[in-house]
Amino acid sequence: MSDVAIRVEGLGKRYRIGSHKKRYKTLRESLAGVASGSLRRARSLLRGEPVRTPPPSIWALRDVTFDVRRGEVLGVIGRNGAGKSTLLKVLSRITEPTEGHAEIHGRIGSLLEVGTGFHPELTGRENIYLNGAILGMKRAEIQQQFDQIVAFAEVEQFLDTPVKRYSTGMYLRLAFGVAAHLRTEILLVDEVLAVGDAAFQKKCLGKMSEVAETGRTVLFVSHNMDAVRRLCTSVCLMRSGQLAGIGEPVSSINAYFESDAVAEYVDDGPALPGEDLRIRAVKIEQQGSARDWFEYRMPLEIAIEYEVFQPLQNLLLGFDLYTSNGVPVFRSYDLAARGMGSREPGFYRSVCRLPGEFLQPGLYYVQLLAGLHRLRWLSKEKITVGLKLAGSRESDVDFPGVLCPRGDWRVARVGACSVSP
Amino acid sequence: MSSLAGVSLGRGRERAGTAPVLRITRSKGAAALGLKELWEYRELFWFLTLRDIKVRYKQTLLGAAWAVIQPLFTMLVFSLFFGRLAKVPSDNLHYPIFSFAALVPWTFFANGLNLSSNSLVGSSNLITKVYFPRLIVPAAAVISGLVDLLIAMLVLVGMMLFYGVGVQATVLWIVPLTLLAVISSLGVGLWLSALNVEYRDVRHAVPFIAQFWMFITPVAYPSSLLSEPWRTLYGLNPMAGVVEGFRWALLGANTAPGPMLAISSLAALLILVGGAFYFKRMEKSFADVV
Repeated sequence: MSDVAIRVEGLGKRYRIGSHKKRYKTLRESLAGVASGSLRRARSLLRGEPVRTPPPSIWALRDVTFDVRRGEVLGVIGRNGAGKSTLLKVLSRITEPTEGHAEIHGRIGSLLEVGTGFHPELTGRENIYLNGAILGMKRAEIQQQFDQIVAFAEVEQFLDTPVKRYSTGMYLRLAFGVAAHLRTEILLVDEVLAVGDAAFQKKCLGKMSEVAETGRTVLFVSHNMDAVRRLCTSVCLMRSGQLAGIGEPVSSINAYFESDAVAEYVDDGPALPGEDLRIRAVKIEQQGSARDWFEYRMPLEIAIEYEVFQPLQNLLLGFDLYTSNGVPVFRSYDLAARGMGSREPGFYRSVCRLPGEFLQPGLYYVQLLAGLHRLRWLSKEKITVGLKLAGSRESDVDFPGVLCPRGDWRVARVGACSVSP
Repeated sequence: MSSLAGVSLGRGRERAGTAPVLRITRSKGAAALGLKELWEYRELFWFLTLRDIKVRYKQTLLGAAWAVIQPLFTMLVFSLFFGRLAKVPSDNLHYPIFSFAALVPWTFFANGLNLSSNSLVGSSNLITKVYFPRLIVPAAAVISGLVDLLIAMLVLVGMMLFYGVGVQATVLWIVPLTLLAVISSLGVGLWLSALNVEYRDVRHAVPFIAQFWMFITPVAYPSSLLSEPWRTLYGLNPMAGVVEGFRWALLGANTAPGPMLAISSLAALLILVGGAFYFKRMEKSFADVV
């Protein structure tokens, strides 16, 4: 008798390289390939060379083995490309594993995206049913929860309006509303929280912890360490397709910040149509250069590089700084430099200088914030950069606390002893 | 315990038969069709069909009229050029109703072929995010065309009244004949949709295939131009059977296509079963390729 909900054994998934650049072929190319292939084979036979060269491939997932017990909320973290999403895709049967196997004990549902299959021409009501069915809900289940979904999404008056007329907020609320009411014993969730404004994210997070508390088994892939820490009972860390460790949330998250968290975030992708602002880079530097860890006695600079595509009013740009176990240390915006920011289109760099001997040695992370004051948040995903502070001297000792300001001490002899020796 | 896509459903030992155990592994060899699983997903099939139908009539200028315009105008052109000018024989029926009775099932077949072969690529956002038997997607595309067929049938009934064609008991054959058209369309659609995921130039071949197929189907001309046994063998094209069947069942063309229909049914079933197995075999790589 076991209480295992998900058992994964030696799971591996191999992709052919180049399949990302051009994933499909044309019939013409295949036919030409057959012809030239046999020519090449004939030629290499004549030369006595080995005939077959295996196509270049990459293991997106390899040798992954773990169990998830019933009722456990397992977080999956790791940097981009570590295999988190591939793991989820294999477990949700979207793609087949190349080797190994997994066993799922119980009804499983997966949320890899909110609003999968939403059709803009259909009304809110029609989309609830369609999306529910796509997520694997029975019609009776949807009917039963219909009112709750509508109430959660706050779209009562617009139920019979095509969702293409919805605001982004309404659309997201409705999409998440359906997803949040998926009542399977096992849930696979991929960063569905990384959408919407702060209030909506809070609402979603609240709903997620409700789900987690009902004893359902959840596998939760996220970059949001804060959410992972709050929701998960254990966390597994993925590193280049393999399982690097599984354990207590805090220790896994620390391990992530210790070795996997990017000390730098760079995005050089193309601008999306209608985008206002794109964070291009977040860098931490000391004495003008980036490094793996920073001397806590020296000042350091947190630089945010961003591109503004539309003129923006009241731009707020800054970050929250957290300790590795999620205690917020402070929040800082670049307002101080220029007043309430208005920005013409262009490429900008905002730098925040933190003094030395301010934070204790340890692991921290910087979570980026970008928004229009009292209007909305701008950056879609939570950009997080790890920060490791250490002392380079032998004599360094651990003091309790988060801060280590050098207090301005003065010592003076102010009188004689009250009791003479 | 091996079945489709490497997934098999068994009974969990832990919870006295309540928790099904799903085993995810690489599928080997010829996969089973997984009809049981298809049945379990029937509600999704229904919702996707409904979606296809609704979306087709929303946001179009003429809405449901399109279901009629296509066969009606083809009929007008055929009547003028083939009926009037080329004097193509029409089994002693008025040429307009002779060709329209064929164009109704033909249009259904051609549209189903077209929609289903593009359906998988068009649903890539679903395929890469959610699991369900992929067979549902092209099937929904074909089935949603039945509404168009129904609307076109109403026009056909109007024409029958106009030309004073009486209804006979054979009219009941329309149901199995429509089923045969569905099987043919889905069968070819399965082949083409799976091929289209792997080879994107299939999309360009589809209109050509549809056009070519119409010329080799007795839509504009009667199959009675052929002598036996060629006429019966003509049934290897399943749409030949369907089209002649429609004329016989509705208009009482005295060309009872019995043996031809038998051949057509067999051919259609072979295409469907072959297509389903091919589709199943390709299915596992759809999400990686699409």
